[in-house]
Amino acid sequence: MERLTEKKLAHLYANANRIRELIIESLLHAGSGHSAGPLGMADIFSSLYFHILNHNPKNALWDERDRVVLSNGHICPVQYATLALAGYFPIKELLTLRKIDSRLQGHPHRNSVPGIETTSGPLGSGLSQSIGMALALSLDKKKNRVYCMMSDGEHQEGNTWEAVMFAGKTKLSNLTAIIDRNNIQIDGFTEDTMPLEPFRKKYEAFGWNVIDVDGHNIEEFVYSVLEAQAVYEKPTAILAHTIPGKGVTFMERNYLWHGKAPNKEEAERAIKEIRSLGNKISHE
Amino acid sequence: MINETQKLDIKLFSQNPDMAPTRDGFGDALVELGKENVRVVALTADLKESTRVEAFSKQFPERFFEVGVAEQNLVTIAAGLAVMGKIPFITSYATFSPGRNWEQIRTTVCYNNVNVNIAGHHAGLMTGPDGATHQALEDIALMRTLPNMTVFVPCDKEEARKATKAMTHIVGGGYIRLSRDASPVITTDETPFVPGKANVLWESKRPKVTIFACGTMVSRALFAAEELEKEGFGSVVINIHTIKPIDSKTIITYAKKTKCVVTAEEHQIAGGLGSAVAEVLAQNFPVPQEFVGIKDVFGESGKPNELFEKHGLGVKDIKEAVKEVVVRIK
Repeated sequence: MERLTEKKLAHLYANANRIRELIIESLLHAGSGHSAGPLGMADIFSSLYFHILNHNPKNALWDERDRVVLSNGHICPVQYATLALAGYFPIKELLTLRKIDSRLQGHPHRNSVPGIETTSGPLGSGLSQSIGMALALSLDKKKNRVYCMMSDGEHQEGNTWEAVMFAGKTKLSNLTAIIDRNNIQIDGFTEDTMPLEPFRKKYEAFGWNVIDVDGHNIEEFVYSVLEAQAVYEKPTAILAHTIPGKGVTFMERNYLWHGKAPNKEEAERAIKEIRSLGNKISHE
Repeated sequence: MINETQKLDIKLFSQNPDMAPTRDGFGDALVELGKENVRVVALTADLKESTRVEAFSKQFPERFFEVGVAEQNLVTIAAGLAVMGKIPFITSYATFSPGRNWEQIRTTVCYNNVNVNIAGHHAGLMTGPDGATHQALEDIALMRTLPNMTVFVPCDKEEARKATKAMTHIVGGGYIRLSRDASPVITTDETPFVPGKANVLWESKRPKVTIFACGTMVSRALFAAEELEKEGFGSVVINIHTIKPIDSKTIITYAKKTKCVVTAEEHQIAGGLGSAVAEVLAQNFPVPQEFVGIKDVFGESGKPNELFEKHGLGVKDIKEAVKEVVVRIK
């Protein structure tokens, strides 16, 4: 990983906001899909694909690439937007999301479009698949890393904890779980639906290294990944505390936006706000 | 009349045929595969010995993974390994894998279209005294409805060995159904085995019925055919070792020849071999069909032979089904 300069940092924030715009546009055209999760993970996806990962958008199946698995497949609009922005496929193709004959399926599907490593979406199965990939890399004595993107809600699935237990047992240090701790799920707040706390202690009890970060502070997130790479005896879980719907005020922290797409008027308001967000990018 | 081209075990119709469990053939094949192909890996869910993966685990410890009692994790880790080009075999009891982890198989193996091979052990009534909780009678139905899934039900230990070895060459997921207890050895290493190609094991001069059987019911179908022959009643016995993709051509050919058929399986009638044969015939050449199988009930504790008799899966039940179906020909 190269050094994170001020200039690079600004570039990563700018890309995150461009990703947010693309998410809103693709969801508007799709007419359905999830809004809050993808927006909340934009900063992290920008950090991954434009700074952290070893990958090659022009050669998606490059053998030496790191693997990204989207366990919470329903937030795929953020991955599609990021992949397109990185050059894996044309940006205009984002407008085909969820439509008939599109390469952009409603949930990620292996080899449907360059950059998607495996099929996922039914919650709780991404970490196990990531473990399989990490085991294969270890068997082949390869240094590539596996990043498993997870939701907090999917920690209510038994399959998730089977995987957490296995990764702890096998000390899979080439595996990093990045958990979107945004506190919402379809039916409401996670702690009302089925409490997950103490989240950190649960992972620690299963033998993982755990790092809490602000999921919107790119510098902090990048350093957490560097720490994960430096820990050799354990897998690492990065608990990324994010704001669902981040960047669009009327969506932020509102679980009703978990599984909903914006209409035309809402999308216009959202994009206007994203384009003038903070002072990190120039106004439209 | 036994089909000479099939090179069957000549001791089959003797007083003491060789007996062996199909799971032994699976275990032997796994060790052979381990030697032949470094991409082959094996995983189990706390059932190393009884699912016959122990020998592989000793010879290839770095390619063996114990996941504990966690069948969902078992198959999904295997899917991740397969995405990376490994050829995983996963073992557990069929009630749990593919029973408990069906959705993970559907999404991460079949829809993902990767070569994960699922060994469903302790299938059927052959599981005996463990009782209904451990006697999978629905697994063929669960697996054959999935796109990108090949389904094998070997008739004996030798065929289980060949089917296991063939699984590494298929595209997508594979399922092999295996039994706990010993059953008669029917085939030899010279018996042909081509995935998706049914084997005609018995063909009388003027057959009046075709019996399609799979797994442990193949030997029973042969014993029924032999008794029927002595009674002057000709038949054909076909081993459908591959339920999916099914050999439609052979099924249609023999339905045309005998004008009626019987199916025999150690599985629920709903969704199993009989259903698969009926799907082929209803669309191509409808003929009367009788189903020998489990009639929408659960199993129970008991010795396998007692259970087969009680649940209507004996040699006499096949013969009765034959007698019933021939009178239905219009």
